[in-house]
Amino acid sequence: MGPFMTDHQLLPLRVAITGGTSGLGRALVGELLERGARVAFVARHRPDVERAMLDFPAAHGIVGDVSRKEDVHPIAIQILGVLGGLDVLVNNASSLGPVPLVPLADTACEDLEIALQTNVVGPFRLTKALLGALASAARGGGRPVVINVSSDAAVTPYENWGAYGASKAALLHLSRIWDAEMREEGVRVVSVDPGDMDTPLHALAVPDADRSGLKSPHVAAREIAAVISQTSAAHDEQALAEVTR
Amino acid sequence: MKTATVRARGNETKLLVIDERGQLSHRLRADLPSLVRPGDLVVANDAATLPASLQGTHARSGEPVEVRLAGHSSFGFRVRRFTALVFGSGDYRTPTERRPQPPALSEGDELRLGSLRATVAQLHSHPRLVDLRFEQPLEQVWEGLARHGRPIQYAYVLDPLPIWDTWTSIASRPVAFEAPSAGFLLDWAMLRAFRSCGVHFATLTHAAGISSTGDDELDRLLPFDESFLIPAETAALVHRTKQDKGRIIAVGTTVVRALEAAGDDSARVRPGPGLATGRIDAGSSLRIVDALVSGIHEPGTSHYQLLRAFQSDERLEEMTRDADAKDYRLHEFGDAVFIENDRQGRASGRYASSFIVRINAIQRAFDLARASSG
Repeated sequence: MGPFMTDHQLLPLRVAITGGTSGLGRALVGELLERGARVAFVARHRPDVERAMLDFPAAHGIVGDVSRKEDVHPIAIQILGVLGGLDVLVNNASSLGPVPLVPLADTACEDLEIALQTNVVGPFRLTKALLGALASAARGGGRPVVINVSSDAAVTPYENWGAYGASKAALLHLSRIWDAEMREEGVRVVSVDPGDMDTPLHALAVPDADRSGLKSPHVAAREIAAVISQTSAAHDEQALAEVTR
Repeated sequence: MKTATVRARGNETKLLVIDERGQLSHRLRADLPSLVRPGDLVVANDAATLPASLQGTHARSGEPVEVRLAGHSSFGFRVRRFTALVFGSGDYRTPTERRPQPPALSEGDELRLGSLRATVAQLHSHPRLVDLRFEQPLEQVWEGLARHGRPIQYAYVLDPLPIWDTWTSIASRPVAFEAPSAGFLLDWAMLRAFRSCGVHFATLTHAAGISSTGDDELDRLLPFDESFLIPAETAALVHRTKQDKGRIIAVGTTVVRALEAAGDDSARVRPGPGLATGRIDAGSSLRIVDALVSGIHEPGTSHYQLLRAFQSDERLEEMTRDADAKDYRLHEFGDAVFIENDRQGRASGRYASSFIVRINAIQRAFDLARASSG
């Protein structure tokens, strides 16, 4: 696939990815850089961000926690500052809630709150802070998109996945409503379920999983890159519907 | 008039309208879509606000300083070199006019501002006004500004302003030093309302500078030169609107400055980066903008001066009296005016009138200072 360019001015796409130092987020940073995008990534811990920047010197690492209200605007300022604007936001950072997983009845309220802060309120705040920039890109002829990383747990009520599943269900619904409302501004909001991947998050949830049966995050990253190019290139509704949920 | 001390929200914001015939009426923010007509173009400033106040120390003397970034000292939005005001100890809780001067600064002096290291690159004619250069890599400059900076604010807002209260709904690139506050009147529902009545919407990015320095001599230099960027799509929409006899409605004085700086006599706007210099006042003839939506500021401010390009002093004095009587709230979080260009070519050189306005402003500033110290 050719370099990732906005079709209106042949400029590289400007992409921000949260949770960018491990699992799917890290694979996406590499994949999108390879396709010619300009990438900023966000993660909580400075040593992780610094390590990732050694591996991806072309990317811009930002230290911040999307679940903390006070961090959201500093994160947005750095994203918009280093990239000069934004075409694609990937809300990828996720929290499982209580680890090891427990039934809802045994879930501490605080653990539910953490899952909601990280998986719903954080992406809501960051998207809201960056919506002006995304709408600005749309007025300039671009096709900006927000990708919210979802899960089949957003749809299926798996036992022991209560905090995570409820928060991902809320994120899925948020994505749908936002997409309906922002479409006329030229901003798309889509939800993508990457499937069960061989990532640190999955290892936390299912420590004894047979990893050979899990999807590589690199494969999922390529699929998300395809969603981005379909959304931000031609607005082919059907093609988009096939790859997103 | 009282100053708004917290950000007003919702539709109860008052809107004082002066139409092209000079008629005054009192409306609400929610009425804005009914004041624009199909075929009009609403243009807003989508600059996000930098947290441009930085506390730190002057390395050579060890004295505390507060730096307020006030403008980009080069063309464009680069973050390596800024024009800045430097204050001595204290913060926004002390009215700016009572802030101590900074320690004596020399070119080459280092200021330590959180994780940021700034060098005094150039002195100007006033002890508070300098050019600063950040020496670190670009990412570190952005991180330092984002994490250490606080929004510039004034003593009339009592609590520390969170960054999110300084961003408009449409905020995009963080290049403004104070909020382009007329943009607080807009929200996504209003953009939808514009669209549904056939009104077009466009943006430009204008690095709104600081509104007050706390020093009369420096205040006379305001607004400082301001960088802006007009997207090609916005320039094209302005041209099309003018051709089709629609009106250009500016949201905020920064939009007037940018469009008029980039406009020519055939009512075309040059797309791309530009620099707005000088004041717009009674002597300026507006080539692009037909109406302005804006906050309310006292006579004597550069903001008020700009209104004199739209309407006569008699109308503006009537507006001030009316707003006073009806308890309109001043400043960036207050109420608003919608002011149409009366198209009466006003000659420049209304010295006597502007002198009186200036006296009024000094009186008001004095009253305000007395009120805030009491």
